[in-house]
Amino acid sequence: MAALSRGDYPPGPPRLPPGGLPPGDPPALGGLRSPQTPLTVRAFRCWLTVYRRIWRSSIWSSVLGPVCYLGALGFGLGTLIDRHSPASLGGVSYLAFVAPAILASGAMNTATAEASFPVFGSIKWNRIYIGAQASPLRPADIFRGHLMFMLMRLAMNCAFVVLVMWAFGAVESAWVVLAWPAAVLTGLAFAAPVAAWAVTVKVETSFAYMFRFAVMPLMLFSGTFFPLSQLPAGLRALAYATPLWHGVALCRAFSLGTAAQDPAGMLGHAAYLAVLAAAGIWAGARTYRRRLYV
Amino acid sequence: MSESVSLRMLPPAGLLGRLRRAGTDTGSLRLVERHARAYRRVWLVFISGVFEPLFYLLSVGLGLGVLVGKVPGPGGQPIPYREFVAPGLLAVSSMNGAMFDSTFNVFFRLKYAKLYDAVLATPMRPAQVALGEIGWALLRGTIYAIAFMLVMLALDLVHSPWAVLDVPVAVLIGFAFAAIGMTGTTYMKSWQDFDYVILASMPLFLFSATFYPLSVYPRPVQVVIECTPLYQGVVLLRDLTVGVVGPDLLWRAAYLAALGVAGLYASGRRIGKLLLV
Amino acid sequence: MDPTLSCPLAWYGEGGKTVRGMSYLPASLDKVLERPETEVLVRARGLTKEFGGFTAVDGIDFDLYRGEAFGFLGPNGAGKSSTMRMIGCVSPPTSGELSILGRDPVRDGSAIRARLGVVPQEDTLDVELTVRENLLVYGRYFGLPRRVIRDRTAALLEFVQLADRAGDKVEPLSGGLKRRLTIARSLVNEPEILILDEPTTGLDPQARHVVWDRLFRLKQRGVTLILTTHYMDEAEQLCDRLVVMDHGRFAAEGSPRDLIARYCSPEVLELRFDPEVQDAAADKLKDFPAERTEALADRILLYVPDGDAALAAVRASGLEPLTSLVRRGTLEDVFLRLTGRRLED
Repeated sequence: MAALSRGDYPPGPPRLPPGGLPPGDPPALGGLRSPQTPLTVRAFRCWLTVYRRIWRSSIWSSVLGPVCYLGALGFGLGTLIDRHSPASLGGVSYLAFVAPAILASGAMNTATAEASFPVFGSIKWNRIYIGAQASPLRPADIFRGHLMFMLMRLAMNCAFVVLVMWAFGAVESAWVVLAWPAAVLTGLAFAAPVAAWAVTVKVETSFAYMFRFAVMPLMLFSGTFFPLSQLPAGLRALAYATPLWHGVALCRAFSLGTAAQDPAGMLGHAAYLAVLAAAGIWAGARTYRRRLYV
Repeated sequence: MSESVSLRMLPPAGLLGRLRRAGTDTGSLRLVERHARAYRRVWLVFISGVFEPLFYLLSVGLGLGVLVGKVPGPGGQPIPYREFVAPGLLAVSSMNGAMFDSTFNVFFRLKYAKLYDAVLATPMRPAQVALGEIGWALLRGTIYAIAFMLVMLALDLVHSPWAVLDVPVAVLIGFAFAAIGMTGTTYMKSWQDFDYVILASMPLFLFSATFYPLSVYPRPVQVVIECTPLYQGVVLLRDLTVGVVGPDLLWRAAYLAALGVAGLYASGRRIGKLLLV
Repeated sequence: MDPTLSCPLAWYGEGGKTVRGMSYLPASLDKVLERPETEVLVRARGLTKEFGGFTAVDGIDFDLYRGEAFGFLGPNGAGKSSTMRMIGCVSPPTSGELSILGRDPVRDGSAIRARLGVVPQEDTLDVELTVRENLLVYGRYFGLPRRVIRDRTAALLEFVQLADRAGDKVEPLSGGLKRRLTIARSLVNEPEILILDEPTTGLDPQARHVVWDRLFRLKQRGVTLILTTHYMDEAEQLCDRLVVMDHGRFAAEGSPRDLIARYCSPEVLELRFDPEVQDAAADKLKDFPAERTEALADRILLYVPDGDAALAAVRASGLEPLTSLVRRGTLEDVFLRLTGRRLED
């Protein structure tokens, strides 16, 4: 067999401009998009199938957490606080004060939990993303499909917490129905940026830092367990800049029925969260492509 | 070398003999040494564990303390809320730290890193592995407890010389929960089983008179909670910190110690059963 | 290096003069070499291991002598790993007699393990530590003093040619490097017996040859090797004696050369036919004057003393194979003869 000459070798992949990514994928070849399932939905379905296996155990943590916190803090601490300083919370019981905060921070916890380790693990451990790469799915579809799944879990968990709130009598107004999408939006404002970041992470200790130094202080200091007015002014300004405070304020306003008094403020909170979520979705498409195209 | 090993192998019969062997055994320290070496690289993760109870103390102790005012402490007299909740947080952080280390990390080492398979191919025995793991959890717990105590001193939350015993008691709480957690981990089959860990630890965390006195509950519920180990630990720490000591503290400490020893023994046997099959 | 040196460094060092192909040996081993075959290190009689209802090892007998390289050859599921685990004192036998270094593994397991070295099938390396730290920590599990371990670590890394990667983390190493590290680790306590469970499975050919070379040097230094494998070339290269194992039992025992001479003809003719005429050809060849004929799924094997002559005879009888190959008999043929299956099945 004659040796292949240089001219016989097949041409290599097109060279990229230095420092650049390949141009965004052209729309998939005809027949792949319609009338068949959109690609994002296919990615979503993968996660749905995984979830069907584990939904029973996830019910426990979704159910148990809010119930326990409401019971312990709302009732236990509530008894003490209402006895001591009933006026400091603006005339509502501590239970009614803290319940919407538990809803919003629960959404944050669910979002960060779903957007950190599952995303990281889908590249490193169970390699779901790597498998999906070999299919017509583009990295942006993989990202959005997973985000859809996170949205679904957020919606389920938040709906359940609202029901528990109502059952415990922590709800003061019918506007609480809007607290549900508000909480989901809060969760999304965390899920999208965290997922966009998580896909770039190389070692899992980064997540420990995120939970210890970002998520936990946010949960404790964003006007959740005590009014923000008790923080010194500098920290208060910091809290105003963080998403959880906006989520807590929104949910609390709906739950206590004070939303109608300040519609501009509510819109402001919602806009802040929506911008954060949109930025996360925009960034995620890029980081996913950078990571999954290598 | 073989002679010295065989001398150690002469088994004195019975439970006392086993305890004596465990007490003079240095084998378990070798596993602690391994963990120390591995964590030297990620010392920041190690240090950051101190911050968690600290944040809770600042938020719940100081922030909420203004709203709550004074609560009846041990012995009946009212104390500021932050002095009430700080020992509770110390107990809880000992429990959480111990459980996290003994469940999450042990499961990972058992099933994925296969660390214990490698260790048991040497002269090390399953009991030494269990003791070594729990010893490491205790070492971490001691460091965190000392850091927390220093913060408590700095915030002027400690008014009694008995509070010196807080650190050993926090380690005792960690011992009990690390032993229990490790035993439970040996029965786990997949990551989903960790929901049971959360199932157990979250109610304990919230309902063991950590944030409010037991008197808030109706009597039947009080009885149930008094049987749980975290409550005993919280009461122990609170009594010592405030300075109200009585002989009942010995019973509470013995309860925690007994749980720890039972878990230690059980987890050693389970590891042997799982790996030396 | 001083020939009377009995320092442990001499055990694994690469320096020194070679005398008839053998490097220096510590003085203590001279006595061993005088009587290499007579001391029995591992004795098993009727050794059985059952898991629930499944019998993995079914009443095997063997003796292992000091200084030899003993191989367990067989396909996956033959019971080799279970046997290795029992010899390594990490698995208690269900019944039968087993004594290692003169002691009972169930009672004195810890003491025996101090004198064994184990290279397991899956690397159980510590991914959270570096290459050097793996050796340091493993040596500590044996209770060795730190100074001793440090000296040995340097010599061992030199021996497996990983000295330049000593500070690297374990995770990014290739399979071959990890296996070499595992071998180095197993030697930290200067074991009398080294147990290797499929040492080169999953390695590329170059890595395999490096591992074989290291194991061969160890054998020359008098370390007793027990290894399991399903690669016939490994068994032929490394083992002084081997047993063919299948379904938990021994099918044959002997040196590789003996087994091939006993159970296989000197040459084998492999014929491959068009799939349509395969069966007809097989029928026709049944009456062919060969010591044995074996019809596999994809080819037909004829065991004959002279392959080329047989090929000519096949062609003369009117059969025209697609491809033909004349080769010498191997352990795979021995296995096929004894068990009716191929090693890779």
